[in-house]
Amino acid sequence: MTVQNLPTPTFGGGYAEARPRMGFFTDTSVCIGCKACEVACKEWNLLPTGALGFSGKSFDNTLELDAETWRHVAFVEQSLSPPLDLAGSAAAATEGAAGATVRRGMFGGAEPSAADGAGATDGVRWLMSSDVCKHCTSAACMEVCPTGALFRTEVGSVVVQPDICNGCGYCVPACPFGVIGRDREDGRAWKCTLCYDRTRDGLEPACAKACPTDSIQYGPLDELRERAGARLGDLLAAGESRANLYLADEANGVKGAGAFFLLLDEPEVYGLPPDPVSTTRDVGAFWKAAGIAAGALLAGVAAAFAGGRR
Amino acid sequence: MSPWRNGRRREPGGGGAGSATLPGRPIETPGREAPEDGPGRHGQAARVGPARIPAAAPPGETTVPTTAPRSYYGQPVLKEPVWTFEIPWYMFAGGLAGASAPLAFAARLAGNHRLARAALTAGAAALAVSPPLLISDLGRPERFHHMLRVLRPTSPMSVGSWLLTALSPAMIGAAVADRLGITPRLGRTAEGVAALLGPALATYTAVLVADTAVPAWHEAGAELPVVFAGGAAASAGAAACLLTPPEHAGPARRLAVGGAVAELAAAQVMEQRLGELGEPYRRGRAGRLSVLAKALSVTGAAVLGLAGRRRPAAIAGSLLLLAGSACERHAVIEAGRQSARDPKYVVGPQRRRLDERGGVHAPGPETAGL
Repeated sequence: MTVQNLPTPTFGGGYAEARPRMGFFTDTSVCIGCKACEVACKEWNLLPTGALGFSGKSFDNTLELDAETWRHVAFVEQSLSPPLDLAGSAAAATEGAAGATVRRGMFGGAEPSAADGAGATDGVRWLMSSDVCKHCTSAACMEVCPTGALFRTEVGSVVVQPDICNGCGYCVPACPFGVIGRDREDGRAWKCTLCYDRTRDGLEPACAKACPTDSIQYGPLDELRERAGARLGDLLAAGESRANLYLADEANGVKGAGAFFLLLDEPEVYGLPPDPVSTTRDVGAFWKAAGIAAGALLAGVAAAFAGGRR
Repeated sequence: MSPWRNGRRREPGGGGAGSATLPGRPIETPGREAPEDGPGRHGQAARVGPARIPAAAPPGETTVPTTAPRSYYGQPVLKEPVWTFEIPWYMFAGGLAGASAPLAFAARLAGNHRLARAALTAGAAALAVSPPLLISDLGRPERFHHMLRVLRPTSPMSVGSWLLTALSPAMIGAAVADRLGITPRLGRTAEGVAALLGPALATYTAVLVADTAVPAWHEAGAELPVVFAGGAAASAGAAACLLTPPEHAGPARRLAVGGAVAELAAAQVMEQRLGELGEPYRRGRAGRLSVLAKALSVTGAAVLGLAGRRRPAAIAGSLLLLAGSACERHAVIEAGRQSARDPKYVVGPQRRRLDERGGVHAPGPETAGL
């Protein structure tokens, strides 16, 4: 038995070889919704196909990350109002950027429609984003795991050991992103491993490898954050006024994440929590409240006898 | 203000007066919930039609934010707990056992050996069913012993596993020693150990549910331990009353009534303080269970408190209190499920928190949603 109390992990700690923290930068502005990441993930990790039905929610048929789905592409359709003003405002935005050409997703931007009229955009702003486990710095799933099945790897990712997990299910409601799931048939918890069997050996994860537009980028976190900052600047300059970085720094309730995103709207539009908090941040206060309640219980028992012994 | 948030400032004056209240996708409450919700803003939003522009909040409605939270097709942000029916029953049994232990010890000190025996018996029985309940809930029951690989204060389940491992033999051993009249000194020691560990077992389950991302549990972390401790006292007192002649059950009666009052009061305070997140405790299945729990506990406490010196009334009151405490645990679990299922309880409070911190809100002047 080992006593584990590691609210804030030290990266590289416990490993013979110090390696930089690796992660994903998902630039949703160039995502084209091809789902190559979903497929590559399932192929490499030998995950079941899951639902192949039509959800009626745009092109999304997986709908969420789960034990069997470790990459999930979200499709958000927004109507532009007034729809026909699009070309004008887009032209204005492009002018504002002083002729800067910024590559965007298939329908995320308005350049094609400015030339093609109603063509590609058709009054619709289409947001796509490939979601994945965030590999949080303060990883609630790992911190609440009573078996030690979840651990921090040498590249900073958070991985479930299938030979240890006993399927208690605590990690499932603990995750502030609803990422990890318990497999109904298998009984154990599963989630993205950042392709531990590839990244350990210096390869990039299957999803990043398969992404045709480099929307999913894998690399040292420091480098990715720098790249993301520059990209955000470009998009803002091009008039993509609501572009924002999600979980790119440490100033959030999970103390930073190994997978962060460049979004074109608020996180909740993509099904992401706007201000996620690792629940274990407050566990000290909860224990204190429980201690007080336990003390009150003892006092109550004593008081019950104060009124007479029988 | 973080440099990463530069793009997220509110755009001054963009899009006119209506822009700030035009979310892309206001969350719609599922249809079957609609009658319970009443004619709230979600029902109105659904009637607007394809544009799904929410109507203004009706006057007097204060729990709903001025801007309805947006979501991804109303999909849950969080995963609902996968725990099955065993867990609320375990919380009930663990609470009963946890409060029975100090009751037995105190009765022993007071020389009330009949009451001590009754409390030991009830606690030992509850502890005997607890491990099977917990193990059968596991996805891989044969690996239950993996719980004892580590001890982790950030995991209440880990702490609870160790508590249960220590308390079960102490309590069951003490009960057996008492019944058989063997090893009295060891039996008394075990009773003392159990009395110390019991209250922790009765309250850690509140920390267990609070230490999740589930909004109705996490935000209730201050009051839930009191609710659970009160319920534990009520059920332990009631169980002891069932097994003890009324003339010996005075302290158990007082503990049961006091516990029920504490449970009811703490639950009331909790639901009030939670504001919008108190809704899951009042709606749907959780709301029905909660009303039932309160009715059972109030009636049980009244019957036991006023007429508990007569055996039939003591039995009736005790059974009502036990049922009330069990219902309250089920209500709490169900309220958590409901709050995890509906993204408005996840997104709404977080968005307001963000707004208060830095005014980062950009519904966007030009999009109206589909």
